[in-house]
Amino acid sequence: MSAETRAEIAGLGIAAARDAMRGGGLSPVELTEACLAEAEAAAPLNAWVHLTPEIARDEAARAADRMAAGDAPAMCGIPIGIKDLFCTEGVPSQAASRILQGFRPPYESTVTAQLRGQGAVMLGKLNMDEFAMGSSNETSVYGPAINPWRATGETRALTPGGSSGGSAAAVAAGSCLGATGTDTGGSIRQPAAFAGIVGLKPTYGRCSRWGIVAFASSLDQAGPMTRDVRDAAIMLGAMAGHDPRDSTSADLPVPDYEAALQQGVRGKRIGIPAEYRMEGMPEEIGALWAQGAEWLRAAGAEVVEVSLPHTRYALPAYYVIAPAEASSNLARYDGVRYGHRATLKAGEGIHEMYARTRAEGFGAEVQRRVMLGAYVLSAGYYDAYYKRAQKVRRLIARDFETVFAAGVDALLTPATPSAAFGLGDMAEADPVQMYLNDVFTVTVNLAGLPAISVPAGLDGRGLPLGLQLIGQPWGEGPLLALARSVEEAAQFVSKPEKWW
Amino acid sequence: MLDLAFSEPAPRVISGAREEWELVIGMEVHAQVASQSKLFSGASTTFGAEPNSNVSLVDAAMPGMLPVINEFCVEQAVRTGLGLRAAINLFSQFDRKNYFYPDLPQGYQISQLYHPLVGEGEVLVDLAPGIGRRVRVERIHLEQDAGKSIHDMDPNLSFVDLNRTGVALMEIVSRPDIRSPEEAAAYIAKLRQIMRYLGTCDGNMQNGSLRADVTVSVCRPGAYDRYRESGDFSHLGTRCEIKNMNSMRFIQAAIEYEARRQIALIEDGGKVVQETRLYDPDRGETRSMRSKEEAQDYRYFPCPDLLPLEIEQEWVDAIAASLPELPDARKARFVRDFGMTEYDAGVLSAEVESAAFFEAVAAGRDGKQAAHWGINELFGRLNREGLEIGASPVSAAQLGGVLDLMASGEISGKIAKDLFEILWAEGGDPAEIVAARGMRQVTDSGAIEAAVYEIIAANPAQVEKARANPKVAGWFVGQVMKATGGKANPQAVNAVVLARLGIED
Repeated sequence: MSAETRAEIAGLGIAAARDAMRGGGLSPVELTEACLAEAEAAAPLNAWVHLTPEIARDEAARAADRMAAGDAPAMCGIPIGIKDLFCTEGVPSQAASRILQGFRPPYESTVTAQLRGQGAVMLGKLNMDEFAMGSSNETSVYGPAINPWRATGETRALTPGGSSGGSAAAVAAGSCLGATGTDTGGSIRQPAAFAGIVGLKPTYGRCSRWGIVAFASSLDQAGPMTRDVRDAAIMLGAMAGHDPRDSTSADLPVPDYEAALQQGVRGKRIGIPAEYRMEGMPEEIGALWAQGAEWLRAAGAEVVEVSLPHTRYALPAYYVIAPAEASSNLARYDGVRYGHRATLKAGEGIHEMYARTRAEGFGAEVQRRVMLGAYVLSAGYYDAYYKRAQKVRRLIARDFETVFAAGVDALLTPATPSAAFGLGDMAEADPVQMYLNDVFTVTVNLAGLPAISVPAGLDGRGLPLGLQLIGQPWGEGPLLALARSVEEAAQFVSKPEKWW
Repeated sequence: MLDLAFSEPAPRVISGAREEWELVIGMEVHAQVASQSKLFSGASTTFGAEPNSNVSLVDAAMPGMLPVINEFCVEQAVRTGLGLRAAINLFSQFDRKNYFYPDLPQGYQISQLYHPLVGEGEVLVDLAPGIGRRVRVERIHLEQDAGKSIHDMDPNLSFVDLNRTGVALMEIVSRPDIRSPEEAAAYIAKLRQIMRYLGTCDGNMQNGSLRADVTVSVCRPGAYDRYRESGDFSHLGTRCEIKNMNSMRFIQAAIEYEARRQIALIEDGGKVVQETRLYDPDRGETRSMRSKEEAQDYRYFPCPDLLPLEIEQEWVDAIAASLPELPDARKARFVRDFGMTEYDAGVLSAEVESAAFFEAVAAGRDGKQAAHWGINELFGRLNREGLEIGASPVSAAQLGGVLDLMASGEISGKIAKDLFEILWAEGGDPAEIVAARGMRQVTDSGAIEAAVYEIIAANPAQVEKARANPKVAGWFVGQVMKATGGKANPQAVNAVVLARLGIED
């Protein structure tokens, strides 16, 4: 197989590969081999932290058998990458943290079990920010994943975003057809926008959290990262569903999302939230946003200005609630039962073991958030921070409810305040600068809504920009249909030039 | 529900070196929910299993594991609440109590701080017949137990057993209404009795199924009443909490010690410091564990892995409808229906099994007689032999058979005791044993006449005495009973003896 053929095969979308395999023109084994080769060749991107070729070949062979037997669900034979946050049985699952060094779970997360149960082929584990805390993939113990995109005429390494940076880079680079991501404050949508791919954060409770290393339980949600909207619909269908092992998972039927793409846009009312017009927002972003609104109008939607008055409190509330939950969720990493344990000197006891294990095992950003979280929950501060943040959270949710109740079907916003920035650019900056990346995305997590980031154009430096569509609770189907319309209008076909 | 009338006793007064003091005690009782599996996981709760064998992925707090509420445990807590006449909260919520300890794998205990499942209730603590203390219950909430750290197996290492981790506990929090060490013990005993009736906790203190944290303070006489009138805690003394005791004896000793320690401290011009203390049974004293200032900040917040617990009133009503008769009602009914003393009724209703046993014996028979035999013969014997009612060699049907034979006059009380011994040692059908072994009592007046005649003839001196003093006639009755091997009907013997001696009855 020539390198071109290989890249072409690996570069197929999920729907195209599925149809080719069902038609007999392509075998799961061929497709998997092509992806494995692309993944290996993509080593300079540092997207893959642990390839599992043996598992992939075995699963590809089984997918081929299923196809031969006429039992081929939509994801059958589709090679995918798994964010390191998902526990995969017998395969290192470290949440890109030193504290989980050597951890191989004896169990499989519900979402990956569903995907693999439907025949998806696991190629390996993908890089991410440590415990999903970060917006640039730079907090990973494995070092940052690198964005396959470069600014025109430049060779500087750019971030693929975070926390699902490895997933975004791997999909954009054509080393897998889709990848799982998780989104707590924008961790699917921001990297998708930075890498020119589609990223969908479903409604909270749509995908089971069982077996996914928890960051902030009330905000975390898994979702698909793919090259186009149709693929996101197909992959979401395999990931979603009720799981009795997750009490926050919704017992609702999973619609046929691919069929929902037919729904169209005509007559839909799209809200443009005034409060998302941030001061200092690059002109290009504003222009793209306006263009997006125009595309939807042209497709038959009604575009209206709406107000989400509590938007400006979302980021501070998020950076109280998410660290609070994280400080508690990460308490289990104590060196007692699994993962890293510090070496003790004679005479040292449990307190030294805890302190040193966690000091050695957690990176600076994780430590910062754990301390922040412990602080906002501490006696005397709980009411001022955590409780108030919860009130803000309810107000933000109410903002959306009010707009939806007024007949708005979905909201259109930019996905990120900028295109991908350079690795190391934020190293000297105040951490809050990095947190500002989440300004358009966190409201959605606080309100538990579904939202999708769709690549919509390139900026002046040739870097992808995304638009975000926010849907009604459980309305992933109509949301995908809207996203499909934006995608069609945007005609975003650009791919990163292969430099790796 | 019918309760017996009771009056509340005066509080225990302790004389210090200078003044008199009263005790004020509150309790937090941790009762293990009688359930096959844990509060948030499917792991078994069997006591005494190999270390770390009853541990699920959730209990071990593996990454990505999530708790799922065990509905049966919720039902048991609701049952307990209803048994304590408490308000059931249809909306409750679980919170995380965060702290680090090796036997707490999650790094937090899931508990209910802000919205407990059960609200205010009460316990009527029996102290003596007609004397009781009404203790208000503030709340009951569900929470996870921790595991066990083992520090004495190795000089350098500590070990952890997670079998208990995640087992469901009901924390039953009382108001400070307990006024003496004895009342504290009686309070736990009453809770234990009610929960055993309900089947919600096995009450096994040795295995740790029932443990208590006790809060003790002292105040001058009258101060407590002012607290009760106003609800203002400032009338009460500074309290100390003694943690984690699982023996009635230790609880009482710890309270006694702690009260005297506080009194001595105050009378010496010192101040009681609010703190957590531990009781050392070897030294018989409490010592400081940590002060209020050193108290851990548990950073409680609602557990985001669990939705609020919302239950339906219909479900609660169905549980209420399924409650068994509870000890207070049963005791009152025993007094009313069987005419027995409150003391006897209390003994017989103490344990649900013994009460059921007694009811089976008493059904259709003389209740007083059944109570007498139940308490004196059966329970006395069981106690001496250290047996539980469930292990009694004599069944309710057998004991009932003995009572029937007495009632029909076929055997005397004395023979009945012999028969009981035979049943205890050998088993068998009471009526058949009596028939087969010739134990039926002699009511044949001819045979009795003959026996009386013989004894009178052989003891002329005694006859003189009896005629002078009719009480001596009893000696003749005893002799006749002896001569007939106890089989003569004592009333019949008595009548013949009196007639023969010419004594007026």
